[in-house]
Amino acid sequence: MAEPEQLVVEAERRAAAATTLDELGAVRTAMTGKRSPLVAARKALGDMEPDARKQAGQALNAAKASIDEILSAREAELAAAARAQQLAAERLDLTEVTEQSASGHLHVITQTWQELEDVFVGMGYRVAEGPEIESEWYNFGALNFPLGHPARDMYDTLYVDYGEPGTTLLRTHTSPVQARVMENQEPPIYVVAPGRCFRQDTADATHMPVFHQIEGLVVDRDTTLGDLAGTIEAFTAAYFGPGFSSRLRPSYFPFTEPSAEFDIQRPDGTWLELGGCGMVHPNVFEACGIDPEQWQGFAFGFGIDRLALIRFGIDDLRELWTNDIRFLEQF
Amino acid sequence: MKVLLSWLREFAPDIDGDPEQLAEVLADLGLAVEELSHVGRGLDGIVIAEVLATRPHPDADRIHLVDVDAGDGEALQVCCGAFNMAVGDLVPLATVGTTMPNGIEIARRKMRGEWSNGMLCSGAEIGMGDDHEGILILEQDLSLGLPLAEALGIHPDVLFDLEVNPNRPDAMSVMGVARDLAARMGVPFSVAVPDVNQTGTPAAERASVSIAAPDFCQRFGVRVLDNVPSGASPRWMANRLLAVGQRPINAVVDLSNYVMFELGQPNHTYDLNLVPGGELGVRMAHRGEELITLDGTARALTTYDGVIVNRDDEAIGLAGIMGGASTEISTDTRSVLLEAAWWDPMTIARTARRLGLRSEASARFERGADPDIIPLALDRFAELAAALGSTTAPGMIDAAGNRPEPSTVRVRSRRVNSILGTDLSTSEMTGLLEPIGFACETGGDSQDFNVTIPSWRLDSATEIDVIEEVGRLHGFSKIARTVPVTEQAGALTSQQLDRRQVRALLTGMGISEAMPLPFLAPGDLAAAGLGDDGITVTNPLVAEESIMRTSLRPGLLKALAYNAARRTTGVSLFEIGRVNPGGGGDLPDEHEHLAVILAGQEATAATTLWRRLARHLTVTRPGVVNGPVDGLHPGRSGQVLADGQPVGALGEIDPQVLDAYEIDERVAWLEVDLGALLEADRALAPYRAPSRYPSSDVDLAFTVPDEVSADEVSATIAEAGGELLASVALFDVFRSDQLGEGHRSLAFTLRFEAPDRTLNDAEVAKARQSCIDAVTATHNASLRG
Repeated sequence: MAEPEQLVVEAERRAAAATTLDELGAVRTAMTGKRSPLVAARKALGDMEPDARKQAGQALNAAKASIDEILSAREAELAAAARAQQLAAERLDLTEVTEQSASGHLHVITQTWQELEDVFVGMGYRVAEGPEIESEWYNFGALNFPLGHPARDMYDTLYVDYGEPGTTLLRTHTSPVQARVMENQEPPIYVVAPGRCFRQDTADATHMPVFHQIEGLVVDRDTTLGDLAGTIEAFTAAYFGPGFSSRLRPSYFPFTEPSAEFDIQRPDGTWLELGGCGMVHPNVFEACGIDPEQWQGFAFGFGIDRLALIRFGIDDLRELWTNDIRFLEQF
Repeated sequence: MKVLLSWLREFAPDIDGDPEQLAEVLADLGLAVEELSHVGRGLDGIVIAEVLATRPHPDADRIHLVDVDAGDGEALQVCCGAFNMAVGDLVPLATVGTTMPNGIEIARRKMRGEWSNGMLCSGAEIGMGDDHEGILILEQDLSLGLPLAEALGIHPDVLFDLEVNPNRPDAMSVMGVARDLAARMGVPFSVAVPDVNQTGTPAAERASVSIAAPDFCQRFGVRVLDNVPSGASPRWMANRLLAVGQRPINAVVDLSNYVMFELGQPNHTYDLNLVPGGELGVRMAHRGEELITLDGTARALTTYDGVIVNRDDEAIGLAGIMGGASTEISTDTRSVLLEAAWWDPMTIARTARRLGLRSEASARFERGADPDIIPLALDRFAELAAALGSTTAPGMIDAAGNRPEPSTVRVRSRRVNSILGTDLSTSEMTGLLEPIGFACETGGDSQDFNVTIPSWRLDSATEIDVIEEVGRLHGFSKIARTVPVTEQAGALTSQQLDRRQVRALLTGMGISEAMPLPFLAPGDLAAAGLGDDGITVTNPLVAEESIMRTSLRPGLLKALAYNAARRTTGVSLFEIGRVNPGGGGDLPDEHEHLAVILAGQEATAATTLWRRLARHLTVTRPGVVNGPVDGLHPGRSGQVLADGQPVGALGEIDPQVLDAYEIDERVAWLEVDLGALLEADRALAPYRAPSRYPSSDVDLAFTVPDEVSADEVSATIAEAGGELLASVALFDVFRSDQLGEGHRSLAFTLRFEAPDRTLNDAEVAKARQSCIDAVTATHNASLRG
């Protein structure tokens, strides 16, 4: 009968010789299974003298523990090697991709529109909307353009065949939303109204018969021209970033007085004419049912499309409307 | 509106400084400078030359060879691209070595083999007028070889091209701009009194004016001038007119224009001999009345047009717009009636627009001329004419129509500061207003004051108008900037947020956002299988932009076709935009639609997309019902339901439509009324804790007739499976001969589970059988083997 120490030595040798987990399993069976010398030796213990049995039993237990440890260690080694081999076999070139880019792109107008909305929402404004096909009243009448007023000619208006001739039109600006908001909401009012506008224009690099504007309106107890200038300045800093500033120049719009154009100064000192603004005209307040002695307000508006062009370095407005996927997927 | 600095300084000599800074001041006054240019600069090296001969270039058609004498008697050959000169004409020659005003240096060079020793100049090239086409032909009395500037009396000057807003009638004159600028700069401003040497029979005995339209004509002034000059105007005047863009014609026309530019008062001259008795009248035209205007055109008039008539009540002029041919002055004219009148702005605007006759004069009347300037304008004309030898009959005929009293406005100081955000005292306000002619009357202890609006500010009539003037003269840039504070929390509405969610979902699915023009051409809708044209634009510039859309489909099909024509297929696009499907109240109905077009994909791709969209928006009971839809493949189309209500359609574009657009792939389509979808019942299903007990899966395959949709079978299973059925999912579809014509196999996986226990076999079997029974009974289907 083999000595326990010899069994340990043999287990060590055979475990080292095993190169796969299966071979190691056979070694385990041979060394610790039912028919193994170890089990046989344990069975033989019953015939021994108590003292000798105790001694031999301890030796056998120690050998068993050693063998288990040897086998476990070898098993871990072989398992690690097998995993490493499998991983190596599974090597993949991560640029072997046949599926095309799966991400869609928001239109540059939408991106610009949403950025503008976000800036104003951050300044405490809500976002209002109105119809694109408008009545002559909201587009002009409520905004202090009396019928026949030459200022109506400044807007190359497109009319549609709905109702009495000349009563229904494609809105020329987002300002009718101002009037609708004032009719429907008690001041104080802090809203912006982005939207699509129309004019009779031939498409070229800088004109389109369809364009987008965003309009701002504030009505409160003692809103001033200084508030307007400050708001434009705050917007400029928030949207364009540090180093940009703004100025107001006197101008004329029927629906505001005083009226102004506002320009943005770039960090290099050059100016960008951005939009129009002014204090809401008392006649507009009255047309919308707001007492101009109780409330004061300002409005401002500017084009979204041109901002989009500037922001993305596009040089022709018509590109915005071709829907060439090679254009859309660049932004 | 173009003004010269030297001209401004005739009213305010102390206006001075860097032209760029003056431009800034003008902009700050609301007179934006569109262009600042230097006149009479860069003329060194340009001399007077005479054309000796012209002959074709042997090797070029667009240029010819011109021999000129630049004063030394030698013939100098120049190549020239303009052909408007004749032998003997005097022309400006830029000699070799000259640097032109635009910076180009003139060198001796060969043009197609022929030497060019300098360049002949157009008016535009040397800052004299706008003519780029021809060479400037000069008067005959100039000495050859003399520098052009010296010969023409041109002095360096600064030209401001101003943008004048409709509310600034005063700024339509040199005088008005000078007044504004002087006020802002705090320098004196004055208008010289013209020196009119009157002689002969009083005007009142030679002419008269009667006004039968007193609202249209508030004032009509006439002077009678004799011995009017028939030649050219003096060079200094011609130079100024050229600089401001007005071509000199002859002395009388130039004088008229000069006075208009200077004082803002348009005026007109009649040949006195052609006006019987010198009698003029003003009335509104009769319907159908005709008048031949100065340009020789017969004009049909309406009762909204004002006319000047003679003694016989015959129209001889279109008031404020254009004179009549019958009284036009000629080289034979010795005596003239000089008219300066005030016409109603709206009437002038309407007539000018209707007849397409907008002019420098109508532009001034439309804004509102100054009725008080009329005597000064007549006298200024007379003074300038006297320098050319004409005489002026004593007196002026001054006929009056209905002239409103000058309006006085009560201005509240507090209101001024409240609107502007300033802290100005009453005296600071009046100090800003007085220099621009707004006479202020303060009184007592009140901080408020009365303002009399000047006659040249027809636009001003109310307190807010005066407040604007205070702000303008004070300077918007000096107003302290503040940001109003609101207690309102800024936010998007839930609909606006949902719209963004939809966009994010779709782009996340690889679909890009398109933006087709919202206009269609007539027939576009029919070509897309969508029926008749909807609302039309009554005044489109092009027919392609004359129809409002009822669906987003034509626009996206066009976008797809555009890409297909550029060999890009498999394009997926979406659009969110407004459509006008018909109907409406005060305004046409306007709906916001969402449409998705998936090129190279079958109809079921649209179903998948719709389900993801509906799931994302937590639409209650989203559904698809097979059935034909206009313009879609009749066997591959259906309605989209949200909470049982139709909100759109989906499927594949009709192959015939695709042919029309030259699209060669299948195209899946989804269009929903986004507004209706977002307003439909939307809620998450009530929360159900995930069961901790194992579930059981059962696969069932049925042979189902084609008329029954998979959705219907699925719904039947869901109902029959009851509480224990956790999910049902279609996982396989196939057709075969064995299944027979008009049938296909639909295989579903059913998962059963209970929240409180592990289901036993008997329970699962029972539930399975209920599902089988329900499907076979309801749908004429059979369970497959």
